[in-house]
Amino acid sequence: MDMVQTEKLVFEYEKRDEEGNVIGTSRAIDEVDIDVKEGQFIAILGHNGSGKSTLAKHINAILVPTEGTMWVNGRNTSVPEELWNVRQSAGMVFQNPDNQIIGTVVEEDVGFGPENLGVPTDEIWQRVEESLKAVGMIEYRHHSPNKLSGGQKQRVAIAGVVAMEPKCIVLDEPTAMLDPVGRKEVLKTVQKLREQKKVTVILITHYMEEVVDADKIYVMDHGHVVMEGTPGEIFSRVDELKSYRLDVPQVTLLADELRKRGLKIPEGILRKEELVEVLCRLS
Amino acid sequence: MSIKLEHLNYIYSQGTAYEKKALKDICLEIPHGEFVGIIGHTGSGKSTLIQHLNGLIRAASGELYYNGENIYQEGYSMKELRGEVGLVFQYPEHQLFEIDVMTDVCFGPKNQGLSREECQDRALEALRLVGLKEKYYKVSPFELSGGQKRRVAIAGVLAMRPKVLVLDEPTAGLDPRGRDDILDQIAYLHKESDLTVILVSHSMEDIARYADRLIVMNKGTVMYNDTPKKVFEHYRELEAVGLAAPQVTYIMHDLAGRGLKVRTDVTTVSEAADEIMRVVSQYK
Amino acid sequence: MIRDITIGQYYPAKSIVHRLDPRVKLVSTLLYLISLFLFKSISGYLIATIFLIAVIRVSRVPFSFIVRGLKPVIMLLMITVLFNLFLTRSGDVLFHAWIFTITEGGLVTAVYMAVRLVYLIIGSSLMTFTTTPNELTDGIEALLYPLNKVRVPVHEVAMMMSIALRFIPILLEETDKIMKAQIARGADFESGNMIQRAKSMIPILVPLFVSAFRRANDLAMAMEARCYRGGEGRTKMKPLRYKGRDRMAYLTMAAYVAMVVVIGRNVPLHVWIF
Repeated sequence: MDMVQTEKLVFEYEKRDEEGNVIGTSRAIDEVDIDVKEGQFIAILGHNGSGKSTLAKHINAILVPTEGTMWVNGRNTSVPEELWNVRQSAGMVFQNPDNQIIGTVVEEDVGFGPENLGVPTDEIWQRVEESLKAVGMIEYRHHSPNKLSGGQKQRVAIAGVVAMEPKCIVLDEPTAMLDPVGRKEVLKTVQKLREQKKVTVILITHYMEEVVDADKIYVMDHGHVVMEGTPGEIFSRVDELKSYRLDVPQVTLLADELRKRGLKIPEGILRKEELVEVLCRLS
Repeated sequence: MSIKLEHLNYIYSQGTAYEKKALKDICLEIPHGEFVGIIGHTGSGKSTLIQHLNGLIRAASGELYYNGENIYQEGYSMKELRGEVGLVFQYPEHQLFEIDVMTDVCFGPKNQGLSREECQDRALEALRLVGLKEKYYKVSPFELSGGQKRRVAIAGVLAMRPKVLVLDEPTAGLDPRGRDDILDQIAYLHKESDLTVILVSHSMEDIARYADRLIVMNKGTVMYNDTPKKVFEHYRELEAVGLAAPQVTYIMHDLAGRGLKVRTDVTTVSEAADEIMRVVSQYK
Repeated sequence: MIRDITIGQYYPAKSIVHRLDPRVKLVSTLLYLISLFLFKSISGYLIATIFLIAVIRVSRVPFSFIVRGLKPVIMLLMITVLFNLFLTRSGDVLFHAWIFTITEGGLVTAVYMAVRLVYLIIGSSLMTFTTTPNELTDGIEALLYPLNKVRVPVHEVAMMMSIALRFIPILLEETDKIMKAQIARGADFESGNMIQRAKSMIPILVPLFVSAFRRANDLAMAMEARCYRGGEGRTKMKPLRYKGRDRMAYLTMAAYVAMVVVIGRNVPLHVWIF
């Protein structure tokens, strides 16, 4: 079943001069078609300003299309009556860990979503406990979010989304402000959620190492989807990626470099084990 | 022209229940003209350390010498020191405040008591050094893109004409190209204007590419202080404290483990390619 | 400096006072404050003192911690005392020099005023020491709920309070960071006259406002994404429910007020001060 689907999605925002008069429009997203099946792990790559975050905000109906359509779990996000259903089925985790935690105590923050949905008190407690366990933060339930590390805060934010029992979780650059340890924590958590809860995950990022396991990757540039395929397919096009201001993991880069120097190395190598294997067979 | 730290100690919230030793007996010397990388995970003391270098934080004990002068001696001008040792904080664009780029960059030189013309000259020089296009000089800094804002913020410190430039994770939050652009610019500054650069980073790959020397901080102490190659030989110990060597270093170790006679002290992609080609051609 | 202020801080401890319903604590604190102005005699002060000490003991908040909370208001206290001491003219003159005159009435007023002020501060800070900011906002929301009928947005105000409480430490930290960054660019916040100092705050205030707006924007979006749509149709994770101990607390409070009013107003030990 389709979890997220767009059809010629366009989003325009108005450009204004200093007095606030509209002087034209700018297309942040230009006729984008994406298709995400239930249970998939999808990555959207792109440099800052490529339109990837704007696209993400459509999935949660924070933004609605100027033209074209976005369906989430079979519901059209442009229909006002569907707004809360859309937001409940597609949860969203944002970039800045500080600016998305509402509660002053971890467990109360996780309870915020269910409270908004009108879930009965007993069930809220159950959901909070379950979600905090799922992200491995249960022992911090009575802590103040201000005392947590960046990675821990992001895990609390993820728990807050999980507690709303969405079918799909959209993560908009969740690791951009974290250190390597925090980044690993968050990715491991997402991985675990996919296995345990079978949720659809849409990860928006510009760290290539994070998307090696994705089922499908979309690369965005100037509001368009410019590349689409499996990680192997995408990472075999090193020069093209670089032209979109992106990067590839060092292994892929090394494999590409060696191939250019005449070694017989297959395209699309993503893990160091693969490269080591190939090189050992070569010599 | 050097920075020298002798038995430096710093304690957070001294005298309260939250007391925590942030720096323990740090001894370091950073000679003029070096490109030094500092690495350590959050809470290792690296941010505290760099704030000592321009006197923003005063050590609990120990001495800090800049050009042979003890900065803690009476009458030493911290203000002058801050002009000599420029410190660029994390997300420096969050400190921009003036109506246009030019005026903002002038803030530092103005505080140094320079005349209007001198301020302008220095600002122009700094903006050129960071590679910002001239059409942006009279634009409000808030209208620029993330990468451009960061350049302006770095220019704001460069305009004070520091001899030492300390940068705390200057690439945080930028996309890959933006990251490379900023680092290349810093490397260029280091070469062109005879600057000592101290770069705090989370990326081993970046440090390996640019730094002459790498200082690894852990739990408030200096764990390693050597060339990146030498430091990355200890990749197992680095892992134990939540750090890692660049990915290519691991590949070389794995290859060596499988019997390929490659050198393992390799830290960059091009080096690794050279080394693998050398070994593979021998086999042929 | 900022760290020294203990008023409004929570002191974590396990006591029956901590566990009371926030509504009980809010109402009781209000009653206690009012009670301080209901009597005019030494016997009244005695009862108020004994009651306050008893509550402090039960709350398990260390006395030294409470005293520290008084420090920032000591100036205010001194001014009030001095005003009353020199400006009240009634009864025998105890001391006279140049333009300064202290009368018996002035002395009594000053002492009573000081005691009242100190009790007022201790009484209200005791509430914040034993109640987390969340409980406090919940309590206020519940108590003010009837105002909803006259179109006061009670839920929204409570939500604003709790968000403010969450972001104050973040913004304080941010201020510190911005300040350091500007000092690194040679800014000087310490020298100069009032106007120069006020001007030197601009490089801190502009970035701070920009950041606060950015955070507000992000937070609003995050709240919407989590289906927040105001107080309507919302359930509570921690609804307020009165328990046995809360009813006991209300009864104790009623008994105290009755005693203060009856004894404080009628037992002869009194000295009139107004």
